[in-house]
Amino acid sequence: MSPALLQVRDLSRHFRVGGFRSRGVLHATDEVTFEVAPSEIVALVGESGSGKSTIARVLAGLYPPTSGSVEFEGVLQGRRASRTVRGRMPMVFQDPFGSINPVLRVSHSLLRTLKLHRPELDRGERHAEAVVLLERVGLSPGAQVLTRFPHELSGGQRQRLGFAQALASRPSLILADEPVSMLDVSIRIGLLNVMRELRDAEGVSLLYITHDLASARYVADRMIVLYAGRIVEEGRTEEVIVSPRHPYTQLLLSSAPDPRLPLVAVEGGEDLGEPPKVIDPGPGCRFAPRCPLAMDQCLVATPPMIQLSPTNRAACFAVTP
Amino acid sequence: MSSPILQVRDLRVDYATSAGPAEAVAGVSFDLAQGEFLAVVGESGCGKTTLLFAIAQLLNHPASLVSGSVHFDGVDLTTLSPEELRQHRWRDFSVVMQSAMNALNPTLSIGAQLADACRAHTDWDHERIELRSAEVLAMVSIDPVHLQSYPFQLSGGMRQRAMIAMALLLEPKLVIMDEPTSALDVVAQRSLMRQVETLRQRLGFSVIFVTHDMSVVSHFSDRLAVMYAGEVVEVGATREVFDSPRHPYTQGLMEAFPSLLGERRELTGIAGTPPSLVSPPSGCLFAPRCAHAMDVCREGRPELLDIATHATRCYLVNPVVRP
Repeated sequence: MSPALLQVRDLSRHFRVGGFRSRGVLHATDEVTFEVAPSEIVALVGESGSGKSTIARVLAGLYPPTSGSVEFEGVLQGRRASRTVRGRMPMVFQDPFGSINPVLRVSHSLLRTLKLHRPELDRGERHAEAVVLLERVGLSPGAQVLTRFPHELSGGQRQRLGFAQALASRPSLILADEPVSMLDVSIRIGLLNVMRELRDAEGVSLLYITHDLASARYVADRMIVLYAGRIVEEGRTEEVIVSPRHPYTQLLLSSAPDPRLPLVAVEGGEDLGEPPKVIDPGPGCRFAPRCPLAMDQCLVATPPMIQLSPTNRAACFAVTP
Repeated sequence: MSSPILQVRDLRVDYATSAGPAEAVAGVSFDLAQGEFLAVVGESGCGKTTLLFAIAQLLNHPASLVSGSVHFDGVDLTTLSPEELRQHRWRDFSVVMQSAMNALNPTLSIGAQLADACRAHTDWDHERIELRSAEVLAMVSIDPVHLQSYPFQLSGGMRQRAMIAMALLLEPKLVIMDEPTSALDVVAQRSLMRQVETLRQRLGFSVIFVTHDMSVVSHFSDRLAVMYAGEVVEVGATREVFDSPRHPYTQGLMEAFPSLLGERRELTGIAGTPPSLVSPPSGCLFAPRCAHAMDVCREGRPELLDIATHATRCYLVNPVVRP
């Protein structure tokens, strides 16, 4: 196997919350360890509050980690990401309406990124490169799109612009935080296809953060399932989808709506569970209060990651290789 | 079959814009039977929320009702005065708003907000209100101790369920829901849908459920109406529409979301964007994006034609009736 592009080791990020009477520590992510290989799409899947965006934000250098280390392109990262690292690992945000300056033309943001991250290009080359970038993400004719204002673009087009902007700094890894969740169903697939093309044609890796298992399956080579800030299962996408081992992954899969399933298959698996406690969590597995398989030891000890196959792992006492 | 509880006929709603009126709902008609679950799906901007607002008579400027009627239980809601409407609202039909989890007043306890709805629409005394409030909360699996809780103390799923409890307070015959699950996680979404379904079977109310995600309703609704650019383009029994979609737009939608089952295969989605509602194309509204568009599609607007209770607005399906 080729050396990993990104290595995350025991990454934790905690936030202090509450006033002076009810002070607590919110464990947004706890001891998260994973790798991303070159030209690989890895999906980080979890419900809201599972810590998936926090991981992306730590990687992008928006927050320093509380503990743990991040190694990117063989270099151990400091508390704040340098401009070079931000260029090699840019982020695409969830909200295409909030992440682009509405009063400036498309050309502004794109040319500026090129100017900062590709100083070797002159004015004319920057313009030509911007057109190429726009067409690569399916915004054509590029030269015309450059002169538009953001309000002239649809949500899907804006999100494509987000990817063009990320590509401008010649990244090796793009952090895509729910890039399609605000788009209409008919437009989503187009953007997911753009992500796959970037991997196949440009050799870019993507960390695809999503709550939607079906879209993760569509684009991702590997899948990491998060629950309450911890990784509960990780492995090759097909293996996780076809034979989920962790009870939480099983619950998530059985809850995903799929019209292609016959009605009988959706019965059972009743769960009125509430979100887990992430503020000052006690010892034990965080899924235990909702888990149908919970045993005594689940309440007192954190289950270790168990290697289930050469590629797949799960953190559960009830799972055996 | 009993007479329908709701009859919507040729409903048209315009939004006043600087470029002229935009027809957000362009002649929608349908019947809803007592106890029936109708799902309305479509992309953003297709007029599905506007349609709900028009049915519940909640339209505000710049939206206005141009024509059409909404007969609810024999009364045309479009002709009622605000006070007469108030008599019907909540008691006969209730609305669960989009992002209902943010529709609760953050400064009042859940109990106070439930009591408020009761006092506005009934002459119940304090005990009766309290009893009923506890009862409806229990119906949606929320412990009645939460009557004292404030919205911020409840999770998103619980707040959403509290809103549904509020909608059921006075046992309405019709509950209108506008994307009640879109802000929820899949697990919470699934359990909410189950609960709505169980309550509907027990209490027998009808549901109109608007969503952009047709997979959410696939297992719960009786009938499915697909909207595009203000028109209903296809309507039929949910299973039938899913299994054999007839309109190219519905077919495109079905091809647009990846599945967790079967082969991983390439999907395409639907190219292009919905048309302008201010100056819509003269022919079929979907023709500019349609892979099967013929000359006739660009000339005349197809009718919504019923073939064996599965209606479609497309010349491919209804080739005989041409302009």
